[in-house]
Amino acid sequence: MSFNLVEFLKSLVSLTVFDYVRQVWGDTPGVEIVLDIIGVLVVSTFCLLIVIFLIWLERKVIARIQDRIGPNRVGGRYGLLQTVADVLKLLTKEDITPAGADKVAYNLAPLTIVMAALLMWAVMPFAPGVIGVDLNVGVFYVMAVSSVSVVSLLLAGWGSNNKYALLGAFRSVAQLVSYEVPMILSLLIPILLARSMSTEQIIAAQDVPFIIMAPLSALIFFISALAETGRTPFDLLEAESEIVAGFHVEYGGMKFGMFFLAEFVSTLFMSGLFATLYLGGYRFFGLENLVIGDMEIGRLLGLIVFFVKMFTIYFIFIWIRGTLPRVRVDQLLNFNWKFLVPVTLVLILVVAILDKLAGGAGIWTRTVVQLVGNGVVGLVALELMRRAARRYRREQEAMVMTRRELASAPAEVTVSSH
Amino acid sequence: MLTDWQFIALFVVLSPIFPAMPVIINHLLGPKKPNPIKQQTYECGIETVGDSWVQFKVQYYIYALVFVIFDIEAVFLFPIAAAYDQLGLFAVGAAVLFIFLLGDGLAYAWGRGVLEWV
Repeated sequence: MSFNLVEFLKSLVSLTVFDYVRQVWGDTPGVEIVLDIIGVLVVSTFCLLIVIFLIWLERKVIARIQDRIGPNRVGGRYGLLQTVADVLKLLTKEDITPAGADKVAYNLAPLTIVMAALLMWAVMPFAPGVIGVDLNVGVFYVMAVSSVSVVSLLLAGWGSNNKYALLGAFRSVAQLVSYEVPMILSLLIPILLARSMSTEQIIAAQDVPFIIMAPLSALIFFISALAETGRTPFDLLEAESEIVAGFHVEYGGMKFGMFFLAEFVSTLFMSGLFATLYLGGYRFFGLENLVIGDMEIGRLLGLIVFFVKMFTIYFIFIWIRGTLPRVRVDQLLNFNWKFLVPVTLVLILVVAILDKLAGGAGIWTRTVVQLVGNGVVGLVALELMRRAARRYRREQEAMVMTRRELASAPAEVTVSSH
Repeated sequence: MLTDWQFIALFVVLSPIFPAMPVIINHLLGPKKPNPIKQQTYECGIETVGDSWVQFKVQYYIYALVFVIFDIEAVFLFPIAAAYDQLGLFAVGAAVLFIFLLGDGLAYAWGRGVLEWV
């Protein structure tokens, strides 16, 4: 088969261009390596460029939530080029390394954090067959790579030799490491239901999206994804009003930009992972297999479906950021270790046992059984949390009362306010 | 199988280029006028007192320790979940016992008051 421009363009539109190239040049290892390199470049470039749009979107949506207009000067009345201008500004800033800093750790951290954020995308299925590589341990690989960002944060905080940075780094380690536990455990549930760790096969198993089968697991994953990416209400690691900016206080110019880039890329990745594991990824009532004439248009439609799902989740991320205040560090850790982790452990047990009992039944029976199991666990957990909160509130009130009595007793003055 | 990891290997090799490129461009484009005051540690505007590489609150490390236990044990749960179809009742019972052990570890840490933030 020889090269044909029309066929090539056609395969480009239907996103089967790699298959076409394999047909033309053969399936040799050399061709594979070239295709892999092109794949890496495409995925990485996509991640870096989409961030420009994401930052604009975030600023615009947050502005609307806070009753402002947001960027509206650079690049037309919607401020579309605002981020481009910001990037250009960052590029022309002086490159400073503080005198007291550990030079290696300080300069290495921005690189490794972006590396970790990019590497996760290798197993993200964008459309049927459009995936970096369909590893058979896909989800496991994601967890392994995402842990690297914790090391980068610690490198940044420790290397800066700045007390605020160190405090931010330690907070981030406590937070990210804690929330990784419910995240890993809640990821077990889609794996259990799909009987596979490969992202493609998890999507293939979702004749009923897992958010209907296991809504509680989806909720726990969503909360821990918020914490893992360090976004409000869990943005303690960079809390501007407490520790200036946490681990990246000493960074300036593009090195600072890299931390932001990594944050946005990994947040988008978490939305994509949520869409893949719980919303059925690129699947939408068989739309992804559509063929019109000799054009396999399905892949393109699948890509669009995936993007719609991913950006819906991303919008919820922004929405939460614009709505909720920051939690306290003890609240953050208590909520994780005393609520999320026990609930997730119980949930795994319930899902596993129910799945063994109803495994042979049809898809709808399984769905209803799992849904009821999830619902019961969720309601019991909520009730327990409500009771604990009530007890805590009573203790706090009692403490305030005693303190007030102690304060007012010696002076013999009664304050009638409150 | 091995060709799958070829992509990851290439990705690991190529991915440092993407963050390194803007940092290097920044280094070339930006002005270079270092002076001692500019390179001081930025804390509150006051001169920094002492090093920040000090002994730190042990609480953070305890959380990290609890995490390590959970993380390692959760790793064992992944293959069980992926191969759930091929497991007999005995294996499922073992997995359930394993999760109880995990829960026991958490209960121990909780009971010892390790999870209280002070």
